[in-house]
Amino acid sequence: MGYFSEIYQGAKSLVIGMRISLDQFLKNFRGDYNTPYPHKTLPIPERYRGHIIFTNDEAGKSLCIACKSCERACPSACILVEGEKKEGEKKKSATLFELNYTTCSLCGACVEVCPTDALTFSKRYNLANTSKAVYAKIDLIKDLENRMQKK
Amino acid sequence: MLLLNKEEALARVAAHHVGGPNETFVLNLGPQHPATHGVLRVKLTMDGEYIRKAECVIGYIHRMHEKMGENRTCAQFLPNTSRLDYLSACQYTHAWTGVVERACKIEVPQRAEYIRVITSELNRIASHLVGWGAWVMDLGGLTPILYAFDDREKILDLMEGICGARLTYCYYRVGGVVNDIDDAFIQGAKAFVPYMRERLKMYKDFVTDNVILRKRLEGIGIIDQDMCLRYGACGPVIRGSGIANDTRKTEPYSAYKDFDFDIPVYNECDSMARYLVRMDEMEQSLRIIEQALAKLPEGPFINPKVPKLLKVPAGTYTYATEAGRGRFLVRMVADGSDKPYRVKLRTPCLSNLSLAEEVCEGMILPDAIAFLGSLDLVIPDIDR
Repeated sequence: MGYFSEIYQGAKSLVIGMRISLDQFLKNFRGDYNTPYPHKTLPIPERYRGHIIFTNDEAGKSLCIACKSCERACPSACILVEGEKKEGEKKKSATLFELNYTTCSLCGACVEVCPTDALTFSKRYNLANTSKAVYAKIDLIKDLENRMQKK
Repeated sequence: MLLLNKEEALARVAAHHVGGPNETFVLNLGPQHPATHGVLRVKLTMDGEYIRKAECVIGYIHRMHEKMGENRTCAQFLPNTSRLDYLSACQYTHAWTGVVERACKIEVPQRAEYIRVITSELNRIASHLVGWGAWVMDLGGLTPILYAFDDREKILDLMEGICGARLTYCYYRVGGVVNDIDDAFIQGAKAFVPYMRERLKMYKDFVTDNVILRKRLEGIGIIDQDMCLRYGACGPVIRGSGIANDTRKTEPYSAYKDFDFDIPVYNECDSMARYLVRMDEMEQSLRIIEQALAKLPEGPFINPKVPKLLKVPAGTYTYATEAGRGRFLVRMVADGSDKPYRVKLRTPCLSNLSLAEEVCEGMILPDAIAFLGSLDLVIPDIDR
């Protein structure tokens, strides 16, 4: 490349670059280009995979039968289930369901394997705490009770 | 004023200089340097601005994924595959499900294969956009990465809509995919193709034709064909050296046989050739997505006859896919139990990195950064 053609090429790419940058900059003023979080948030998709929670029947009870399928299917062994058969009930029910969210990789194996569809993904994405222990033991039974009380 | 002739000057320098003209120093590039895109350490022996010797030190993020594969059932290893090369999660999961399907002789419905192709190609575009943006940022252009992430965001939104995750998808299952794609995804992907074509034109004007970029990349980091073959280079690296090696064409897997697409090849062997291969590949991926969406068959998205606990028959099985950075191969040795006896993951970045030591010799330092960017390394993929 000659000396002058190089200068010409350089000036040309500079002008084109500036034009595109300006065009993109002005795009910000057209329409809803930005979402001013936290005043506005984007919708969470239906299939979003947050940490697992219990589903409930009409009476607000969990569908879990403490079969431990999820415990066995979990790749990271982060689910702990204990259950017992209460008097007057046909099936077992969970007395303890703990999720160690700190080792969970959100693969969804537990939700897929559940025979009674007792588990589902939550839409929680902005979890924060000063203590790791809070997420090392998420009690799903208590979580369901809290949600039912709020209703 | 003190004036010295050349001999006197050299004598003075020799008297004060500790190591003499052959003195070198060691410079650590990484493990936390942003230009290495992760925890890669390159130990450089420098002679002034020139690199005498480059030594790549890896292992800072080794997580023994292969060993984990040997201690988990086939289904349990699925989330791991997204975490090797987190930018090519789809293709990596595809290779794992592929090897299990091949071993257990499980048929995959045609619709599932098409969905896999569409999502894999979307993933490839997202991967190249990150690689491109980060590379241009290494070269000092801070704006393009923002545009690249803007476009990538559209792909991530599409993927989040169908599988619920934005990066570590874990979307494929043995025998199909976990969820069927919905109308919103199909419409979104159809709208994305013309949008991305316009953006690629803009990228060409904005970055590819830019004289600064061309000066930084043209003729820098020559990897000749012989070196590619010696080190087992793959992906855009080998295609930038004039060898049309693409697993999608050489050993067509999944539904890639059904589509009409080209393998971009450049003969220049320099960083610019690898850059152009990636830009052209995005166009080809858009072509595949367009065709796959047009021909998308109806039917089930997962084979319903897959047993819950898979027992892999004894034997050795391999399956290779073309990930964003090159050929990813899984080799599984099974002994008839539910867990594999041995899992070998052949990742593209390790072989692409191994030729860096030879290429970097005699290079000037900023060129080495530009060259490392051209390899588009993902460090968790190297260490795995």
